[in-house]
Amino acid sequence: MVAQLLFFLLAIVAIAAALGMLIARNPVNSALWLVLNLFCIAGLYLTLNAQFIGIIQILVYAGAIMVLFLFVIMLLNLAELPRREDIDWKRGAAFILGMGVLAQLVYIVAMSFDVLPHPPAAQEAVATGSAQVLARALFTEYALPFEVIGLLLLVATIGAVMLAKRRFV
Amino acid sequence: MSTPGTSYAIPGTEAGNVFRFWPRHNEALYKRLESKHAWLEARHHGDGGPAEADPLEHEMVLNIGPQHPATHGVLRVVVKLDGEMIERAVLDIGYLHRGIEKLAEHKTYQEFMPYTDRMDYLSPYSNNVAWCLAVEKLVGIEVPERAQWIRMIMCELARISSHLLWMGVGLMDAGAVSVFLWAFQMREEIYSIFDEVAGARFTVSHSRIGGLATDITPEGLRRIRKFVDEFPEVHAGWVKLLNRNRIWIDRNVGVGLLTAEEAVELGMTGPNLRGSGVAHDIRRFEPYLKYEDVDFNIPIRTEGDSLARYFVRMEEMMESIKIIRQCLDRLPEGPIRADNAKWAYPSKEEVYYSMEGMIHDFMYTDTGVCPPRGAHAYHAIESPKGELGFYLTSDGTGNPWRVRINAPSFTNLQGLEYMLEGALIADMVILIGTVDPVMGESDK
Amino acid sequence: MDLPLWATGLIGFLIINAMLVSASVLVYAERKVSGYIQNRPGPNRVGPFGFLQPFADVVKLIMKEDIAPRAASPFIHSLAPVLMVIIAMTVPAVIPFARGFVIADLDVSVLVVLALTSVSVYGVTLAGWSSNSKYSLLGGLRSSAQMISYELSMGLAVVSVVLIAGSLSLVDIVEDQASGWAILGWNVIRNPVGAMLFIITAFAETNRAPFDLPEAEQELVGGYHTEYSGMKFGMFFLAEYVNFFIASFIIVTLFFGGYLIPFEPLFAHVFYDNGLGWLLGVLQFFALLAKTAFFAFLFIWVRWTLPRFKYNQLMTIGWKYLLPIGIVNALVIALGVAVFEALGL
Repeated sequence: MVAQLLFFLLAIVAIAAALGMLIARNPVNSALWLVLNLFCIAGLYLTLNAQFIGIIQILVYAGAIMVLFLFVIMLLNLAELPRREDIDWKRGAAFILGMGVLAQLVYIVAMSFDVLPHPPAAQEAVATGSAQVLARALFTEYALPFEVIGLLLLVATIGAVMLAKRRFV
Repeated sequence: MSTPGTSYAIPGTEAGNVFRFWPRHNEALYKRLESKHAWLEARHHGDGGPAEADPLEHEMVLNIGPQHPATHGVLRVVVKLDGEMIERAVLDIGYLHRGIEKLAEHKTYQEFMPYTDRMDYLSPYSNNVAWCLAVEKLVGIEVPERAQWIRMIMCELARISSHLLWMGVGLMDAGAVSVFLWAFQMREEIYSIFDEVAGARFTVSHSRIGGLATDITPEGLRRIRKFVDEFPEVHAGWVKLLNRNRIWIDRNVGVGLLTAEEAVELGMTGPNLRGSGVAHDIRRFEPYLKYEDVDFNIPIRTEGDSLARYFVRMEEMMESIKIIRQCLDRLPEGPIRADNAKWAYPSKEEVYYSMEGMIHDFMYTDTGVCPPRGAHAYHAIESPKGELGFYLTSDGTGNPWRVRINAPSFTNLQGLEYMLEGALIADMVILIGTVDPVMGESDK
Repeated sequence: MDLPLWATGLIGFLIINAMLVSASVLVYAERKVSGYIQNRPGPNRVGPFGFLQPFADVVKLIMKEDIAPRAASPFIHSLAPVLMVIIAMTVPAVIPFARGFVIADLDVSVLVVLALTSVSVYGVTLAGWSSNSKYSLLGGLRSSAQMISYELSMGLAVVSVVLIAGSLSLVDIVEDQASGWAILGWNVIRNPVGAMLFIITAFAETNRAPFDLPEAEQELVGGYHTEYSGMKFGMFFLAEYVNFFIASFIIVTLFFGGYLIPFEPLFAHVFYDNGLGWLLGVLQFFALLAKTAFFAFLFIWVRWTLPRFKYNQLMTIGWKYLLPIGIVNALVIALGVAVFEALGL
């Protein structure tokens, strides 16, 4: 009951924050909306009992990546975009309603063809969320993809350093 | 006078437009910031073509001072930053301008003395002595031996006091606040010596044309001896703390590099010049007072960075102690003022107990020394900051016709812009500290 | 320990208040210690030995007018100090204060600490940006760069601890240190490099001297909090002190045996045999406080002794020295743990 309430609360705030990020005219405000969104998603993970992923979400995305984003935005001193005057609220409302109806339709169609993923049992969810289970899966079953991703990130880092260096030579 | 009801605006200007010079002044500064041929530009763009456009605006003009904790008073530095790096810097001085040179023209030579206290207010005694020596040279006054030796003692104490403040403030700018208070503890000792000898702690005005105001008391001598004995130990403690402090050394090494040629060209004087390997010290090369009779070294370093200047000043303090020791040993007995009513004040006994003495005192206060018409003289001393010189021209009256002050802080500031370019913001505070400007002296 | 929700809430409330009081005590300690370092008495006028000085400061801060720059972004300008305090006050939730006494015994409490540390940079950065002042902006920029750089090394130091304990829970990490003889089980002995690394990065993460570049009074005139006044400034002030207090707690918990009393493994059974477990708990709490007080003193001591780093020195130390050391240390510890396990020790 509490979990469901929390879920809806967090989901609504997350969606609102995502919209806020899109609408905000100031890049810093945009970034902050995104941070709020990330926090809500971390909260969603917590309601699913996936503490590890939830905390990692905050640690990596909110704590490191978004700080870097913010750093770059502040460093570049990006100007605020002009305020939009010509927003067509009617069209926006129509878009949201339309998307809602579409989602419902897709949901019903998917349900009738039985392609929806079944929610895992509570016990299973606790097990998959913990660090041990996750680590075991990462380092055995998905060891190769894990290493490949690591390599990819390394290449990206080296590439970024090279690109950054060229300007000053 | 203005009749009641009129505004106080300056004639010929509308009210509210009184400070119209200010925008113009600032505009000139910014223009200079843009058009200055910075060496950095040449380095960045090689061919000297137009500066690269800055579409992302990561350059920023930052106004530092005149109210800023690191500017040692009211120095204003306008810097153009690229991130943390200073691309260009323009100094704006004059916020403490009081027109001292002009004021001198309406004072007798003796009356001007308190104004010199307020120039380099970290070593007032040196300024007093410099002024006295210049006037004495202009008139041709012979000063008794004892007065000269006492002047030397006090000048060296003033040098230590000034260097102590430089050290404390320099370290405080770098973030080590405790050293500031330790330095001030020793300065307090020097203040109490000044208090005993001159009767004032800060703006001493103890020197007189032709000698000194009062003789040094036995208590004063005792305090000086005590200080001379205690100081080396305290100094050694600081050296131990700082000379091998990695953070302090890394913050200074290679910062504000000046070669010997550059230092001479930029007109650096004093420790800033000696830090670049030019062994120029007026005490040695144009000895005044009795400096030729005492034995001391001129500490120099050839590296030319802030660390070199730090070592030079730290060692100078110990050399000063050496000089004071010799002075104390050789302090002769005798009068402390020239016994000539045209040259110096008569003693208080004469003033109180003889008619002539009183008349002389009155005449000296009213007119003072009168150098011959057309005489001019320049005399410089090695003040703690560098060469402090007074150029005097006389019209035969008791007031100088023109006084020109060669202030070391002012000449040292000429090098600051050059050193700031290419430095980091964090280097800026170190550099201002290492140049050791006193705005009272630089702005005159 | 499964407490009802209201009890947890009450304990949380008490601990938050204890943190607020400890911040004032730390302010007093800092001023007194700095006074003795600088050969002066420090505050000695308000209350006995000047002990009420920090409270007088707080009253003054509350009374002061709240001034915000006209061009500041009002919401974020107010949000930043609140954020700082909230984050600083959240960390005690996962610190084990005595055996079985922790507000939230999470499986991943180490990560919670790291996450909160990494998020705390927002307060500083946003304060710097929203003030719309160049000095503040530079402070905010410095802070975000510094935090990102030192978080990596801090994470690696924590990883080495986690490897030894084999758990992400702070409670497990502390209990794991009870395994050796007397104090030999403490991580500072098993993992000295990691301990040094963590202490250094803790200084950097809490923006304390010699890593106080974001506020550098002499260069940036206070940096990110240049444009703050009144209680908003007071909140930054509070957060700074709570932060380094918390950092001391974490240092002790990770490396110096947490709530373990020195030589505890030798005599702990005496208490349990006689049914005096609660007394041991109280003693453990005071042991933790004593150890934390030492590190809080270390923070103060270093601040009043060392000059500040320069920006490029900071980056060099973070990336060229601490990070490689951290990586090598983590590898060595991992190898050691593997070898020990293989040998069945």
